[in-house]
This record gives sequence, C-alpha cells and structure tokens, in this order.
Amino acid sequence: MDSLLNSNRPPVFCPGCSHDRVLHALDQALIEMGFAGKDVAIVTDIGCSGLFDTFFNTHALHGLHGRALTYATGIKMARPELKVIVTMGDGGLGIGGAHVLSTCRRNIDLTLLILNNFNYGMTGGQCSSTTPQEAAVGSGFLNKLEKPIDICQVAVAAGAPMVSRVSAYQKDFVPTLKEAITFDGFSMLDIWGICPGRYTRRNKLTPKNIEATLAQLPELPDFKSRNKRMEYGKAYRQEAASQKAPSDPVPIAVTCAAPQSGRREVIILGGAGQRIITAGELLCLAGASAGCHATQKNDYPITVMRGHSISEIILSDEEIEYTGIENPAVVIALAPEGVNRRKKMLAGLPSKTHVIKAAGIELPPCQAAVTEIDFRDRKIKFQDWALTALAVLAHQSEILTMDMLKAALKLRFKQAVYETALAVVETVFAD
Amino acid sequence: MGMSLMEGNEAIGRGAVAAGCNFFAGYPITPATTIYNTMLKLLPPKGGICLQGEDEIASIGFCLGAAMAGMKSMTATSGPGISLYSEQISFAIGSEIPIVIIDVQRLGPSTGSATRGADGDIQFLRWGNSGGLPVIVLAPVNVKDCYVLTMQAFNLAEKYRCPVFVAANKEISMTRETVDLEALDLPSVVERKMADANASFLPFATKDDRLVPDFLPLGGTILVRQTSSTHGPDGYITTDPEQIEKVLERLDAKIKINISEFTYYDEYVVPGADTLVIAYGVTARAAKVAVKELRQSDQSASLLIVKTLWPVPEALIREKAAPYRRVVMAEMNLGQYVRELQRVLPGKKIDFLGQMNGGMIKPGRIMEVIQSG
Repeated sequence: MDSLLNSNRPPVFCPGCSHDRVLHALDQALIEMGFAGKDVAIVTDIGCSGLFDTFFNTHALHGLHGRALTYATGIKMARPELKVIVTMGDGGLGIGGAHVLSTCRRNIDLTLLILNNFNYGMTGGQCSSTTPQEAAVGSGFLNKLEKPIDICQVAVAAGAPMVSRVSAYQKDFVPTLKEAITFDGFSMLDIWGICPGRYTRRNKLTPKNIEATLAQLPELPDFKSRNKRMEYGKAYRQEAASQKAPSDPVPIAVTCAAPQSGRREVIILGGAGQRIITAGELLCLAGASAGCHATQKNDYPITVMRGHSISEIILSDEEIEYTGIENPAVVIALAPEGVNRRKKMLAGLPSKTHVIKAAGIELPPCQAAVTEIDFRDRKIKFQDWALTALAVLAHQSEILTMDMLKAALKLRFKQAVYETALAVVETVFAD
Repeated sequence: MGMSLMEGNEAIGRGAVAAGCNFFAGYPITPATTIYNTMLKLLPPKGGICLQGEDEIASIGFCLGAAMAGMKSMTATSGPGISLYSEQISFAIGSEIPIVIIDVQRLGPSTGSATRGADGDIQFLRWGNSGGLPVIVLAPVNVKDCYVLTMQAFNLAEKYRCPVFVAANKEISMTRETVDLEALDLPSVVERKMADANASFLPFATKDDRLVPDFLPLGGTILVRQTSSTHGPDGYITTDPEQIEKVLERLDAKIKINISEFTYYDEYVVPGADTLVIAYGVTARAAKVAVKELRQSDQSASLLIVKTLWPVPEALIREKAAPYRRVVMAEMNLGQYVRELQRVLPGKKIDFLGQMNGGMIKPGRIMEVIQSG
C-alpha cells in the first residue's frame, strides 16, 4: 500500500517536534491496515495538531478550537463505514473538555489522538490543562496554581472503553495506533511528546524521562470490562429501527355547528395539576369540529407541578390574527394561583363577561356575571374541574355545544380515557 | 380538507422533514425544546438521526459534520444558544456548509425570561458571526409560515450552501393554532448541486461565473477537504490576498445579489391610506388587526409584512413605501429592524413603536401610533 501522506503538502513541523513522529506513525499504521485515502477522515483541532489534515491525502476537516469531536461525531453518524480519526492537542483537550467527556460516555467509533506536549505551542507556550505545576511556561506563575489533568483517568471514569497513555517515542507506537483505530467504539490515546519550539527551551524533557514519568503514573483502574458495550452508532441504529413512526396530523372533520359567531375569547385560570392546558386544547378541538379557527396560548412556570396554569383560547369564524386576549367572553377561575396572575384583567371585566368560578376563589370586584360551582361539594375531582366547567358551558350552549365537546373528547383521547371524560361531562347534564 | 391543531414548533419540525431534513441535533432550551421533541419522534423511525448534544456548541457541530457528509441538517435553540453557536455559525458561513438554524426568540438579554416572547435577536442573527458576512433570515408570522418558511430555509441553505435562520418567537412557536396543512402552498424541494464525481474536484471552485461551488460529500469516493481557515478553491489555507478576496467577495455576493429570488412578504393594501405599517413576526398579526380596524377611518394605513429579514429586501421596501407619506414600524425590541428602514428609506418619516416587556404588542398601541401621525 502507498503512503496516505499528501505529496502536495509535505509535513512541516519545528525540527525535533514529536508531532512529526506521530504523523509518520499514523501513516504507517494506516498503510499496514490497508486503508485508502477515501476510507479515512482526519478531523483536526486548532494548534499544531491542526496541521494533520493538510498533511494527509484523505478526507479532511479542520474546524474550531476544542470542537473537532463534535464534527467527527456528525460525520461518523452520517457515514458509519468511514474511519474517523481526530487529532487535538492538550489545548483542545482543555477547551473542549465537555466534548471529550461526552464522547467517552457515548462510545461512538472515533479514534482520538491527543498530541500532548504540555503547552500551547502555536501561541507562545502558555500553560495548558496538562502543564506540570513546576514547569516554566509562557503564563508566568499561573501554571503553579493549577493541577494538570490526567485525561486517561478522567476518560476511564467517563466510560471510555479503550484508553491508553503512550509516548510518541515508544517502540510499539504503531501497533498501539493500529489497535486504537481497529477498536469498535471510542478509543483515546494520550500521546506524550516534545515541543522543541516552546516547551523544551525552558524545561528538560527527553524521550527517556517521558517514559520514566509515564511508568510512575498511577495505573488506570480495571475499566475494560466495565466500559465495554455496543458502539454508539450501532446501538443508535438498532434502537431507531424499533421506533414507531408517529401518525400524521389528522384533519379535523367539521361535524358540528358553533352556537355563537364572531371572535370568542376564553381564559382558564387554574393551577398545576388541574389539566388546564388539556382543557384549553379540548376547547380548540371543539371549535375546529364546528369549523372555527382556534388559537391556544398557555402560561405556566417552569415548576410544572406547582404554581399557576393558564390557558387563553380564541375561537373565531375568521382567521385569527392577534392571539392575545383583550375582551374575554368567558373566564373560568379555578385556582388562586391563576387568578392572582390576571388580577388586573379580572378587575376590568365588563358585565357581558361570564365568569365561572370555583367556590372559595376570591375575585377582585368586577362587573362580570359570576356563576359559582362548588366542585368539592359535588365530589368532582380537582383535575376534572376545568373539564366540568367546559361541560357547564356546553350545557348552556355558550361558546361550545355538547356535540362539540364530545367531538373534542373523541379527537383528543383514546377510548378508555374518552369514556371516563365523557362520564365527567355527563354528570353536569344529570343535574 | 380540514384543519389540524398544531403549535409553531411542531410545524417547523414537520416542515423540515417535508424539505428532506434527515439530521437534527439540539440542546433543550425553552421555548425551542418542542422542536427537538418533534424531531426525535419524526426522524429515527424514518432512518434519520436526531441527537442531543452535551451543549449547543456540540449540537451545531454535529450538524456541520453531518452536513459535510451530505445530510440535510437542522438545529434549534433560543437566544442563549445562538450566543454559543456564534463561532460555529461563522464556520458554516465561511466554509459554505448548508444548515438550517431555528431561533425561537425569548425575552433577553442573557437568560432573560425563558417563557416570554421577543424579537430581540434580529440584529444579532445578522451580525453575530466573526467576519460580518451576510446571512439569510426568514421570519414566520404564524404556524403556516413555520411550516412553509422552514421548507424555504432548507431550499435556500442547499442552493446557496449557507446557514439559513428561521427567526421564530415564543408567541408563534408555543401557541397552538388551527392550520389547514393540505391547503398550504408548498415549495418543491431543492437538492444540493453535486459536482461531477469524475472531473477533478476542488471543494470551493465555482464553475463559469457561478457563485456557489458544487458539492461532494465528505466520505464519498472523491476526497473532500473542509476547513474553517481562510482558504482558496482547493480548500487549503491561504494568505494570498487575491485568492482570499475572491472567495470572500463571492460569499458576500451569493447571498446579496439573489435576494429578489427569496423576498418573501405579504401585504394588506388600503386604498387612499397615507401611512404604511411595516412589521414582521407575531407583531404583524397585531398590525393587521390595527390596519383593518382603521380601514374605514380617515387615518387609515396599509400593511407590509416582511418575511425575509436578511438580507434586507431593499427593493421591496423602497417600492412598497414609495406611495406613502410615512412609515410606522412596530417590533418586539427597542429598535432593531427600524434601523434598516431608516437606512433604506432616507428622508421618509418613520415612526417607531418598540416594546420589550415579555408581552405581545397590542393592536391598540399600533393604532395609536398610526393615528398620532
């Protein structure tokens, strides 16, 4: 097999840079594995490791600092057959740490080569996330204050199934690269090397003491069996294949006639757990079953199990432009949380507005006609109050009719829930 | 024939799939989350891919990788996420990667109010990239537009190889509305123009005097080179000023000179009116109520609804505003798009109504401004 290096762009690194060794070792590994350029994508980060894509005659993508793994993930998901190899430095490792962790957890079939030379070579030798505290680098005293990261320990804890610390100078470097590239899942090599342009000007680092330091590092815990699992892409496709396609939206048949015409605004003021949003949706569906246009605007806090729940519904014969409520025909007040949110609106209600309120709810003084319902006394469950209020309106053919409400229940619920809901509605008519 | 009940975000998702979207990645954020929910339901059963990134930067990064591998990608977020997308957006612009980006705007600045609407990102979407090259931004008015404009956004992204934004708003995206899907006037689906795989391929070379390079997917039989660095036609980094200028001027021109092909708008003309209201997004709906209300009065106004916000459809605005003595602009921010009107219509009296309180601008307030001039 031929070299995959780019004959148009011969590699250019500082004399003595270990990146050059990694480049040739990677080429050697790819040659030995029999890959052609079209089989491989080299995705690179920023810094000197970001030159790799240029020097290879393969598919190549060079992107933003720390983000190489993000592009590689998209590429691998789109092209599972492609060998995707990512190079980044210890700079990319630091800035893109969240992506490294997530890629370990995901176990997608990428090979990440961290070209770890303990400083930012390209910008002047500043400290990185792996700079030793005793090193003299371009960040003054700052690196003294921060512990370097042992990314292999972190990766193992994050679930990476294939992790190894290596020296760019070790004899079995090419076989190690081959093992990482062959691995079916995420593989990561923390490759220690020398940056003669910056780091070794002020710090002593030789292939020999790299080897010695690596040998002294605490061993990685036994992780291989613990982190072993199906590769992400394969697992994804397996799960996806068992997902059922959702049905297309069903056009609502017009089977009823609306009792009133014009623009009709309804606001339901309730609290969490009262199925306010569902009641609002039912009213829209009821309107649509009578050929009305409908809009539903909801308001609830992020604490979905506590606090107010408000639904604003508009039904109209014409297309609805402004979706805000200014002149409600009906206000349904079911909980103080909702009422408190609309005090100003309630105080200004005119006499033509009909308010249905639960017994015990305090309203600000207003002109509106108020109907009070003692839901508790009538043994109606808290979560059925809103639906019952709709039934009360339907009973009087106000805003909606019983036919419209039944049509809405049919559209919204499966048979069992439909029957339960219908029973709630029918108790109103039984009185 | 019949209407369905749907919120804007679901319509965006369904419109995306109708346009051929087969890759989505996002990070949950109110009020955009239901787009992600929709895509998660729609894509995997069809063989498409929907991912949740560890953050917004990863999500859009996945999309860019997948788009380079030939997929039709979309991501969705709100203002805080657009901030995080920023440099990836610059990458997509400079390296001609097709992607649709939905911004369901919420009240800012910063984390602002997650559940309150706004149109506060309108200049941010245009200028939130390093280098300042132009982008395409479409603004839906209702659920119908969410569906149709998302399809248009995909078509434009494919045709011009660029990011295309849909500037939605919580008030459209999370409001349910009846919509007759069968009655929608849908565009036909545009596919990315592929290069001849037999000819020698340069990833950023343009044929003849065309402005958009033909595409080949990364991972195919022909080698493809992509880079976020300043590059020439061959996709290698370059410092040659002539080469750089040629590429960057092409990126500028390809978006700007074709604006007449994608100037989307709507209008409501009232004969005899001397005022033209210009609005976009959900505010256009209140403006419509206002001009209809004043139709018979002696202070009537017409309405122009702009749906292509960027590049600014200057010819349209000039032409439509010409017959009117004055323009009224209303938007859910403290004065963003009005700057463009001031630039495009020098000498024209422009009255501005801005509001930034989490609520929609009411028709009555727009009427007051129309009547006060």
